[in-house]
Amino acid sequence: MSHNGSKPTEKPKFAMYWASSCGGCEIAVLNIGPKILDVDAAFDVVFWPVAMDAKYKDVEAMDDGSILLTLFNGGIRNDENERLANLLRRKSQILVAFGSCAIEGCIPGLANFSSQDQIFDAVYASVSTDNAGGIRPKTHTTVPEGILHIPEFYPVLKTLDQVVDVDYYMPGCPPESHQIATVIDLVLAVLEGKAELPPKGAVIGAGDSTCCDECPRQRNVKKITKFVRIHEMDAIDPDLCLLEQGILCNGMATRSGCGALCPQHNAPCIGCYGPAEGVVDYGARIMSALASVIDSRDPDEIERILDGIPDPAGSFYRFNLAHSLLRTGKVG
Amino acid sequence: MSEQFEPVIIGFTCNWCSYRAADMAGTARIKYPPNVRLVRLMCSGRLDPTFVLKALSNGADGVLITGCHPGECHYLEQNYKALRRYHLLRRTLIGFGIEPERVKLVWASAAEGVQLAKQIAGFVDEIRALGPLAWSMPSKQQLVAEPSVMEEVPA
Ligand code: SF4
Ligand code: SF4
Ligand code: FES
Repeated sequence: MSHNGSKPTEKPKFAMYWASSCGGCEIAVLNIGPKILDVDAAFDVVFWPVAMDAKYKDVEAMDDGSILLTLFNGGIRNDENERLANLLRRKSQILVAFGSCAIEGCIPGLANFSSQDQIFDAVYASVSTDNAGGIRPKTHTTVPEGILHIPEFYPVLKTLDQVVDVDYYMPGCPPESHQIATVIDLVLAVLEGKAELPPKGAVIGAGDSTCCDECPRQRNVKKITKFVRIHEMDAIDPDLCLLEQGILCNGMATRSGCGALCPQHNAPCIGCYGPAEGVVDYGARIMSALASVIDSRDPDEIERILDGIPDPAGSFYRFNLAHSLLRTGKVG
Repeated sequence: MSEQFEPVIIGFTCNWCSYRAADMAGTARIKYPPNVRLVRLMCSGRLDPTFVLKALSNGADGVLITGCHPGECHYLEQNYKALRRYHLLRRTLIGFGIEPERVKLVWASAAEGVQLAKQIAGFVDEIRALGPLAWSMPSKQQLVAEPSVMEEVPA
């Protein structure tokens, strides 16, 4: 990023990094439109692999704490991710776990349902793979020119705060651009001395209520006797709560912030804004809520109704598995 | 095998019936295995699924949930809610590669000390047969982060 005539060294430094992620968080940041120019005007962008050329060794050469703000997206899947997490923690005053992957593992974290062998089998030895030699990745390979290294794939995906101290959490898959813009405005106001930073550990760029709270759909007393999937329905009532129509919607366990985007487009909330305030285990909250609205007292009938949720673990922990009680409390 | 595996079981009991049943078993000197640590709740409906997951993740090999017989809950409908949570929990545990038999639901009235003691003994045997909870993740790394608070939600 060029700074004609300005004195870039005096501007606070900004970094953004992607670890195990899809790149959607980066797109979401670029999607804030002209505000990205405010970022460029206010900050010296020193490291952002998706947007500019920079080397890890450049970051290593910086003074500790010299980067004011780092947005870190992606989970910790391998030792390269972990090394960068540690490096950027050291170099940054404010480290934000940016997006669902960094906070709670997100879709890459679903791999925590499988062992490392199972994952490698799926990738290197399933029907869709042409790998006659049965090649598997190794961290070290000797070639005539020397030894090649590739990052070591960890047995589980970890979240950013499972490896380093995190200052703020910004949820979403990806965070909504208007929320990113709000956070950037806040940071700029702080730089100008017009606002204060939220307390450490705070969730930023989101609400403190639930997705249901933001949802305009009409709600009544819920009595569910059947779960259906969207493609099994002839028509979806555009105004009525999806859960009341038997569609598994996770809005009640999910943090507000997106404006209930999915339900407004006839799709259930699948939980990308993560657990609502105060929720310890996201899936437990969903189980708790569903148990309250399933309309049966008969074990056989309850089982029949639950047949309508073919993959409960996957549906209840789609974004949060790497941060769930059963996958963080004890894996080993 | 020289040493028998002694499972750790957490039992969540309803104050009005099953906790009294367990109490009665005690006063009547009916023996049941000491593997079960009882936690008294006001009603089985208070059983947040978080409690069960937390017990398992902190080292329990099994979780026993007890409540008043259907139709006899002191808060009317709440044990049916517990019943539905129990079914949901079992199905979810399967997805995690954990045997659903590690969670058991038992109805017991205040007068059923003998029956409850029998159920507890049976459950301990079942879990002993299953062995220690083997996490299906063959991970070498123990993850560090662990939420320290138990969620406070209205039942
Ligand atoms: S369950 Fe889904 S559709 Fe119903 S109110 Fe909540 S977010 Fe909206
Ligand atoms: S409705 Fe749910 S899944 Fe959709 S964007 Fe909002 S939080 Fe994410
Ligand atoms: S009071 Fe015993 S289960 Fe509700």
